Amino acid sequence: MRYSGWKVITEGLFGNRGWTPAWRDPAPKAQYDAIIIGGGGHGLATAFYLAKNHGLTNIAVLEKGYLGSGNIGRNTTIVRANYFLPGNSEFYSHSLKLWEGMEAELNYNVMHSQRGLINLFHSDGQRDAFVRRGNAMINQSDDAILLDRDGVREHLPYLDFEQTRFPIYGGLLHSRGGSARHDAVAWGYARGADQRGVDLIQNCEVTGIDIENGRVTGVQTTRGAIKAAKVGIIVAGRSGQVAAMAGMRLPIESHILQAFVSEGLKPVINHVISFGMGHFYISQSDKGGLVFGGDLDFYASYASRGNLPMVEHVMEAGMTLMPMIGRAKVLRSWGGIMDMTPDGSPIIDRTHIDGLFIDCGWNYGGFKAVPASGWCMAHLMATGQSHETARRFRLDRFATGHLLDEEGTGSQHNLH
Amino acid sequence: MRLTCPLCGPRDRREFYYYGSEDYLNRPGPDAPPEAWDAYLHLRDNPAGITRDLWYHETGCTSWLKVSRNTVTHEILSVELIAPLAPTATPRRRAAP
Repeated sequence: MRYSGWKVITEGLFGNRGWTPAWRDPAPKAQYDAIIIGGGGHGLATAFYLAKNHGLTNIAVLEKGYLGSGNIGRNTTIVRANYFLPGNSEFYSHSLKLWEGMEAELNYNVMHSQRGLINLFHSDGQRDAFVRRGNAMINQSDDAILLDRDGVREHLPYLDFEQTRFPIYGGLLHSRGGSARHDAVAWGYARGADQRGVDLIQNCEVTGIDIENGRVTGVQTTRGAIKAAKVGIIVAGRSGQVAAMAGMRLPIESHILQAFVSEGLKPVINHVISFGMGHFYISQSDKGGLVFGGDLDFYASYASRGNLPMVEHVMEAGMTLMPMIGRAKVLRSWGGIMDMTPDGSPIIDRTHIDGLFIDCGWNYGGFKAVPASGWCMAHLMATGQSHETARRFRLDRFATGHLLDEEGTGSQHNLH
Repeated sequence: MRLTCPLCGPRDRREFYYYGSEDYLNRPGPDAPPEAWDAYLHLRDNPAGITRDLWYHETGCTSWLKVSRNTVTHEILSVELIAPLAPTATPRRRAAP
């Protein structure tokens, strides 16, 4: 079924009896050409682009819970392309272009809103770094505008510019940055994949990966064994456990990242604001809730909930930056499981096992990468070659020293 | 989350710095191949369940601690000193068992 404004009107006139489920609920077949482990944003996007770009439709996505039940279902929805390292820059630029065409491509309203992202800076040295970053973004054909303090004031008059610890010197405006409705991204890719014949199999946990003579032959699941010559592991925070089924140890440590939503308020924050020095960022959802978060709790965890010190830290940072939000009540908070790599950049690569591929290590920035990650992982699984925008996301780069340390803090666990 | 430091007793999580997996205790020898250094620095079991990791009691006694805990529930199972105390040293206070 094709969605349109006309469809909404006619369905409204006739009791909404014509809507059909957005995807099927098939039982797993005994064999597929390819299997994607993980029905989150990256897995569903990979399935979609395998079908759309490469004509591979005899494939299955295996999800142990329900589709989009991991980090794609709970995140702070920031979409941006403001990286500067070669390797990251072209990848996220590619991703942002895919975002801009996503709704037309999927025939699905993901509420992508390019409301502008402003990264604040608070010193002369930081301004220099942001000038450099902005130039890198422009060289990558993306957009960046350096704002001085008055420039920021025009956009964000409600910030506390004179705060004593981090007075605001200016900001880098990335006009094409913004946010989107996170669930809709998963649902849109799921529907698009399903329409092209991909089997989306929920409540199907992978319990083993079958390997014969160094080649993957299929997977064991809670719904029986399934054969496939190509298997992609796209399971974010759970990458360590699934890779262990193939006898692999990964350069990944899973950490907790908390985020928060306030009660619904009238429109007050038009942009996505990033206050890096305070480890705080905020935007306002279309429902009115302030969506904000901070840094990791900084210890390995799968608890899906954090501890209070980081809650306090985030609230303090928010109050420092914009005291006006002090009376808003926090509605809920949650903790996501982040697959942290030592250098803070992701992995899209083959493994030492033929036919087994892995897409992981998205740290706390996987949402904006969903379309390009799916695009590049599909390219890798279909052709056996890394996509040109993802060549540096190698699994062995920690061993070889070809690191992608965007933050410049080093390449060791617990630094990003 | 609170950790019970063997020297200082139960303390707030904010007094501690998390360093990482106990893999850091198994430093390869100088002649070890590059793969051993890669494994030591980067590769992790990353368990969902019981893990043993290194914490530093930064704003307390500055001891390095090996903490056994559950990454799914945040339950702390044990906290031990990594380096045994020197024979002459007397801890100020021992934690209740």
